[in-house]
Amino acid sequence: MKQSNAAGRLATFRLLAQRFAFLSLIVASVALMLLGKADIVLIEHTRTLVADAMAPLLDAMARPAATVAQVTENVHELANIRTENARLREENARLMHWQTVARRLETENAVLHENLNVIPDPDPAFVTARVIGDMGSAFGQSMLLGAGSNDGVRKGQAVLSGEVLVGHIAEVGLRSSRLLLITDINSRTPIMVEPSHTRAILTGDNTGRPRLNYVTGSPTIAVGDRVVTSASGSAFPPGIPVGAVSSVNDGVIRVEPFVPRNHLEFVSVVDFGLGGILPFERLAPPERHRREKDE
Amino acid sequence: MTASIWVRMDAWVRSVIPFCVTLFLLLLTAVPTHVPGFAGIAPMLPMMGVYYWAIYRPDLLPAWLAFVIGLLYDIVAGTPLGVNALVLLLVQGTAAGQRKFFLGKSFAVTWWAFGVLTGGAVSMAWMLESFLMGRALEPLPVIFEYLMTLSFFPVLTWMLARVQMAFLKEA
Repeated sequence: MKQSNAAGRLATFRLLAQRFAFLSLIVASVALMLLGKADIVLIEHTRTLVADAMAPLLDAMARPAATVAQVTENVHELANIRTENARLREENARLMHWQTVARRLETENAVLHENLNVIPDPDPAFVTARVIGDMGSAFGQSMLLGAGSNDGVRKGQAVLSGEVLVGHIAEVGLRSSRLLLITDINSRTPIMVEPSHTRAILTGDNTGRPRLNYVTGSPTIAVGDRVVTSASGSAFPPGIPVGAVSSVNDGVIRVEPFVPRNHLEFVSVVDFGLGGILPFERLAPPERHRREKDE
Repeated sequence: MTASIWVRMDAWVRSVIPFCVTLFLLLLTAVPTHVPGFAGIAPMLPMMGVYYWAIYRPDLLPAWLAFVIGLLYDIVAGTPLGVNALVLLLVQGTAAGQRKFFLGKSFAVTWWAFGVLTGGAVSMAWMLESFLMGRALEPLPVIFEYLMTLSFFPVLTWMLARVQMAFLKEA
């Protein structure tokens, strides 16, 4: 009788301990969320440390996947070789024309630069990194890159694929870093719609096509207009291509990025020597309040 | 004497298999697939792993390991730290608490229950993220991700069952 009582007590105790452990884990995760929300440096350090530790594993897994993707693409290309050829011929003819135009403009530009004593833009330094992790979650559009501060990657630097902007560096570890795509819900990119020189902010919303906010003036923006970065906020140098306007509906303007997410395998992390996007920067309170007080 | 060490080691290796398999699923989700349109709606494979082991071997993938997997998921996916940790923890807790209901039931019942549970989990993740971001997230990609996860469930369960048969048969 005594023994079974003790066993029963032990079982109850064990159950209570389990419940307590479970509850404390729940509390721990909520605490982590709140800590993360408060932008504590410690959280970011932990994140980058763990990401660094997982980077070699992710890298090893990303390589065969890239090979498989290449093989499938090769098969696909072989199947479409005729139509592709015809398309390329047509495009070549068009580009030949553009080449002549560009050559003429280049000489003209060189002459004008010389006459005006323009100081040339410095050639930016860059690092090429492999995409090693892409969780493909509906809750955020970011990727892990296999290069970190050891390789010269810094927070806020622009990330390009070819000549096209795809995002910026949001977190940096020693040998891995996080690329926040322009389509992520936390992404804000100052841009300019090219034909009308309209400035706006490209705001990601976790869908493939981010939208334009804070459009200056009341411009006529049409589908197909080219969108490039603007120098506002000195985050990126002006004129880096971003995408093209894909739809204009009831004032909601959406932009299709030039480089779709699934094409990213190698990206260049470019140091333009600018401040980059500073996520923690707080703007000074507007002047208006003070003036009202004075009156 | 040596034999007992080997036996113990063998038992240990077998006992960490559920965690390792779930971790592998996590890494598998992170592999860049280069498939158009797939990137935003990849199925949540680690959640299936946590659910499966919570029902069939809760002793080998206890709540705290589900919590650890959730944290790793948050770190790799770039989501706010703690969101998936909490979600996976609750998935593990609910599934392990109701496991008597599942044992011996048909596969359709397990699938249906997974649908219900994941539905709750995904909506919770959506609410938490929206709360932490300070505005409502686009629901459509989340719904697609949910449906994707649901449709991958039979294949993955079959694979996990094979793993269990191969390594954890005697238990």
